[in-house]
Amino acid sequence: MQVTMTVNGEEITRDIEGRLLLVHFLRDHLALTGTHWGCDTSNCGTCVVWMDGEPVKSCTVLAAMAGGREVRTVEDLEQDGELDPVQRGFMECHGLQCGFCTPGMMMTARALLDRNPDPSEAEIREAISGQICRCTGYATIVRSVRWAAAEQAGTRTAVPDDAAALGGTDATATTTGSAS
Amino acid sequence: MEHSVELAELAVDAAALQMPRHVPEQGRRSKGLGRVGHRAVLKGAFSMQVPAPFEYRRAGTVGEAIGLLDRLGDTARLVAGGHSLLPMMKLRLANFEYLIDINDLHGELGFVAVEPGWIRIGAMTRHRELLESDPLAAAFPIFRDAERVIADPVVRNRGTLGGSLCQADPSEDLSAVCTTLDARCVIRGADGERVVPMADFHQGPYETAVGDAEILTEIRLPVHPNGSSAYEKVELRAGDWAVVSAGAAVRLDDEGLIADARVGLAAVGPNTAGIPGIADALRGRPPSQELYEQAGDLAAAGCDPVTDRRGSAEYKRYLARELTVRVLRTAVARIGAPPAAGDGDINRQGV
Amino acid sequence: MTTAPARTAFEDNDHKPVGHGRMLRKEDPRFIRGKGRYIDDLQLPGMLHLAVLRSPFAHAKVVSVDTGLAEEHPKVRLVVTGAMLAEKGLAWMPTLSNDVQAVLATDKVRFQGQEVAFVVAEDRYAARDALELIDVEYEPLDPVVDVRTALSADAPVIRDDLEGKTDNHCFDWETGDAAATDAVFARADVVVSEDIVYPRVHPAPMETCGAVADYDAVDGRLTLWSTTQAPHAHRTLYAIVAGLPEHKIRVVAPDIGGGFGNKVPIYPGYVCAIVGSLLTGKPVKWVEDRSENLTSTGFARDYVMRGEIAATADGRILALRTHVLADHGAFNGTAAPLKYPAGFFGVFTGSYDIEAASCKMTAVYTNKAPGGVAYACSFRVTEAVYLVERMVDCLAYELKADPVALRRKNFIRPDQFPYRTRTGWVYDSGNYAPTMELATRIAGYDELRAEQAAKRERGELMGIGVSFFTEAVGAGPRKDMDILGLGMADGCELRVHPTGKAVVRLSVQTQGQGHETTFAQIVAEEIGIPPQDIEVVHGDTDQTPFGLGTYGSRSTPVSGAAAALVARKVRDKAKLIASGMLEVSVADLEWSKGAFHVKGDPSASVTIQDVAMRAHGAGDLPEGVEGGLEAQICYNPENLTYPHGAYICVVDIDPGTAKVTVRRFVAVDDCGTRINPMIIEGQVHGGLTDGVGMALMEMVSFDEDGNCLSGSLMDYLLPTALEVPDWETGFTVTPSPHHPIGAKGIGESATVGSPPALVNAVVDALRPFGVRHADMPLTPSRVWEAMQGRATPPN
Repeated sequence: MQVTMTVNGEEITRDIEGRLLLVHFLRDHLALTGTHWGCDTSNCGTCVVWMDGEPVKSCTVLAAMAGGREVRTVEDLEQDGELDPVQRGFMECHGLQCGFCTPGMMMTARALLDRNPDPSEAEIREAISGQICRCTGYATIVRSVRWAAAEQAGTRTAVPDDAAALGGTDATATTTGSAS
Repeated sequence: MEHSVELAELAVDAAALQMPRHVPEQGRRSKGLGRVGHRAVLKGAFSMQVPAPFEYRRAGTVGEAIGLLDRLGDTARLVAGGHSLLPMMKLRLANFEYLIDINDLHGELGFVAVEPGWIRIGAMTRHRELLESDPLAAAFPIFRDAERVIADPVVRNRGTLGGSLCQADPSEDLSAVCTTLDARCVIRGADGERVVPMADFHQGPYETAVGDAEILTEIRLPVHPNGSSAYEKVELRAGDWAVVSAGAAVRLDDEGLIADARVGLAAVGPNTAGIPGIADALRGRPPSQELYEQAGDLAAAGCDPVTDRRGSAEYKRYLARELTVRVLRTAVARIGAPPAAGDGDINRQGV
Repeated sequence: MTTAPARTAFEDNDHKPVGHGRMLRKEDPRFIRGKGRYIDDLQLPGMLHLAVLRSPFAHAKVVSVDTGLAEEHPKVRLVVTGAMLAEKGLAWMPTLSNDVQAVLATDKVRFQGQEVAFVVAEDRYAARDALELIDVEYEPLDPVVDVRTALSADAPVIRDDLEGKTDNHCFDWETGDAAATDAVFARADVVVSEDIVYPRVHPAPMETCGAVADYDAVDGRLTLWSTTQAPHAHRTLYAIVAGLPEHKIRVVAPDIGGGFGNKVPIYPGYVCAIVGSLLTGKPVKWVEDRSENLTSTGFARDYVMRGEIAATADGRILALRTHVLADHGAFNGTAAPLKYPAGFFGVFTGSYDIEAASCKMTAVYTNKAPGGVAYACSFRVTEAVYLVERMVDCLAYELKADPVALRRKNFIRPDQFPYRTRTGWVYDSGNYAPTMELATRIAGYDELRAEQAAKRERGELMGIGVSFFTEAVGAGPRKDMDILGLGMADGCELRVHPTGKAVVRLSVQTQGQGHETTFAQIVAEEIGIPPQDIEVVHGDTDQTPFGLGTYGSRSTPVSGAAAALVARKVRDKAKLIASGMLEVSVADLEWSKGAFHVKGDPSASVTIQDVAMRAHGAGDLPEGVEGGLEAQICYNPENLTYPHGAYICVVDIDPGTAKVTVRRFVAVDDCGTRINPMIIEGQVHGGLTDGVGMALMEMVSFDEDGNCLSGSLMDYLLPTALEVPDWETGFTVTPSPHHPIGAKGIGESATVGSPPALVNAVVDALRPFGVRHADMPLTPSRVWEAMQGRATPPN
């Protein structure tokens, strides 16, 4: 069958099997490999993209179901060489390690900030609760989204939380320090 | 939407193995099995990730959907949000020749309508819309309680009320909510509409009253004055299926005595179930902790949980009691109280 | 949208632009753009797709495999069975523990999910469709599922492929002095025993395992891109298994979506991909689905332990004794140094100065997936620390002692380091009391105890759990440690280019730990070139020196030492060149980060960049100095390093539902010298989350037929952002005396230290119910059963 949809602002038409999953359409047919695949049961959220402006798990949407709709992927976050504040927040606050869950996390975070420009820690945790990260323990992802919110609002302080708390270390002496 | 043969087998399988899960464990066998073929035992084990081939169709109206179903018979299946169906198709536990996408029906069937004495909700209303609907939360706080703990926010963007009810998973939360609220299910076919009470809608695990060429279009919830409701779920982790959940809807009379009380439980039997004795036991009596505990005892006695990895049968029975007490208490406390502030900023429903 | 330029992120917050300190990661710009390069992102011209047919049975004879229908599928290019591999001598392969494992089953299947056949087809959908067309006839056998009955006389023999094998015994292992330990137990005032299970869990990285094999028949070269934590070791093993000459094999680990030990072993799927490419002449991609990952790849833990602790009445710990029954699954696939079949479990004496200790371990085969050493376990230090930290709490329970005070009383003192334990491990350095002190201060320990007392009066359940761990990481000295004969040393090569930019080539590689940043910083600290000017090359056997890879927290302790030493070697050469440039003797030169200057005359100086140009330039070099500015070394660690830490966890339990909520988690870590505190904190956070997962929800379980009940992420639950608190971290610094920069490694500390803190907290909360121990995972149901006085082992 033929499917036509808008992906990252561009209208795309392809011949596909009806059973093709949107995640495989994006990755294998359009070479948009920033969207990842991590499970078969819509539990992990590494495949999150936007469909008609809302985050969806693209492993559980047929490409055919996206026909006539607008899909947005991580590749579209950077606009005209400018990173999205969410992307910068993830770098600044160490919101990623292996990077595998990161695109999905960022797409959800971007959608959250569009609806709620100043989310609380609890609201951020709730928003990403359908997405698993095995590396970060989530706290730095929460900080990353807060950083982006503050950046957008123009209220960002100079140094991320953990930098203020941790500082540098002295390799030669026994020292102690703590994060509050 | 009647299930396919595979689904029926799956339901039997799940029930027999006391695993009230809609994706069963792989490769089970019975003791003393002789020589068997791989395919005979377990079609498609470990071949997850992609569904078997099918023809994709899209319906633009309810009439079109019914027409397609009428023509294609039991080889076709409707797909709404797809978050229950597609994982099963990837497991190849569910195989269809045709899949009819009804997401375009959201305009027709995505609504929360407040009418005198009733709230009607379209079957294509998505979880997120249910969560964010302030009129729904005002009339039935149980909906917002439940929607907060159903799956996760991204899945809630896609999953629908109708899809949840038609999956007929014994652990599914909205089925328990609709049971608690004495919902009527509107089913449309080529010959018109029929209305089925929730008690008759689920006919077994993964089995509903919806016929091959029919579609669930809406549910209707009776609104009673001086009543409220509540829902509570115990889960191992956010987004997981319930260990046990309980919903309660309570109505008081003018003297503050209980006029009606309904309790619905999920994950404690082959279907989400109302506990019929509770209304009789509570009616005409003043609300009290002792009364809630009596109801809890009835719930514990009236449910039929099994031991699985989410908990022992004994614990689940205990939990049925505990949660029944809690939701009754919360529901009564909410009667006359101002509705909880909406936590959604968007209400796009046709109210 | 803001207006910041795209690639300036490194500049904002770099407090120390040269060397150690917080620095944003060099690898992040590609990841946040979706430009990472993971296995499944690789597309090669003509590439085919491989899917594996797996056994639905835990134990069965393979009677026949009929591939006829599958071969007729129009998109199928190849179907391979175990019998076909056997003809080529490839049906079996060695494991990392000198056992053998079937690549594809020939005689029997020995666990559910075992590889039986594979299909190579034109696309991934067709490959999976074709699996359904293969008919396998099985004759089911009784499975061995319960480790406790695996050695009973009537248990079916799983490994009848091994000559003369008549039972399911895998190995026995002992450590410590049993007689001395028994003697101490005999005279102790207090002896406490407890049965403790560390359940089978799975690392479940977000990216599953996979490979792309590309065999070029013309020049006989095989390129294998694969999700491997040890590319060099894998290359050697492929050379041995497949009979290909090692110089014709290139193994590349591209970006890896998390490893956690899951990607250390060689899996049959990799070998199948190689065979597929050899037979089709095309590149072949194999990527596991999630159920394949959870049911067939390396699990972790699965130790059934009997712990015993002996002490004086006033709380002086005298001895520890343990018996362990270890479930190794169907093949012994343990990835550990060969002389250490139980990994580093021998450090189970923990952080305490005791008189005697002994351990007896029996390992058995069962009809479950192979593995055992994974999930950030530091070669089984997880199990060791869990045992001792639970036993110390059991002792505290019996003595009615405060768990912090009891630990403090028994700590190894700073003046005792280097400290030889009763099981023969030499802890390099440690200063435990300040670490514990800081943790209690951050937590507000006394206030928490007061709050708990008040809550207990009201019937509320609050628990405070403490753990203190000493880890053993950085394997290891080659005289003691090897994997299949390969010594556990690491190479490193550093080249400084004429313009003063550098490239450092590592034998370890990142799966998210930030090597491209940390290693640039290590080199920068030593040689004064900004880390932004240092390219880190890793994960490609053609481009990097030999070494054993990234696991067991060994990158910084071993390869990090190599990087520092190779930089010093280059600096020494630079100094010779600088002495010529400044026309003074080497003895008259001083080094300040980035430049040499003449003693007493700071204005007479040359930068490292000046030296680099001279080293490659036309001018004269001092007598005996070759041109160029580069060096290579192979670092053989003199000892392991021993990080330590103090963790405090606060939980609340709903008395009505028995559901545990983690309210706070304080982690104070001492990993010696800290290179990038931001990355260190991230490593700790991730490990703490593992701990919450294992303690509260994760377990790989089986039914009585050996069916894996945890084959999807719907059934194998991993923690989300809603189950974990905002972590509170702190640190102390006790450098390693033998590591060139004093660093000890941090990758697994929190995974090791957090489960006992959390379980201790839950058990502490349940004290009013007389609970002394409850096994993980502490689900509401299991906690409730403990409250009813009938806690049971997990099943």
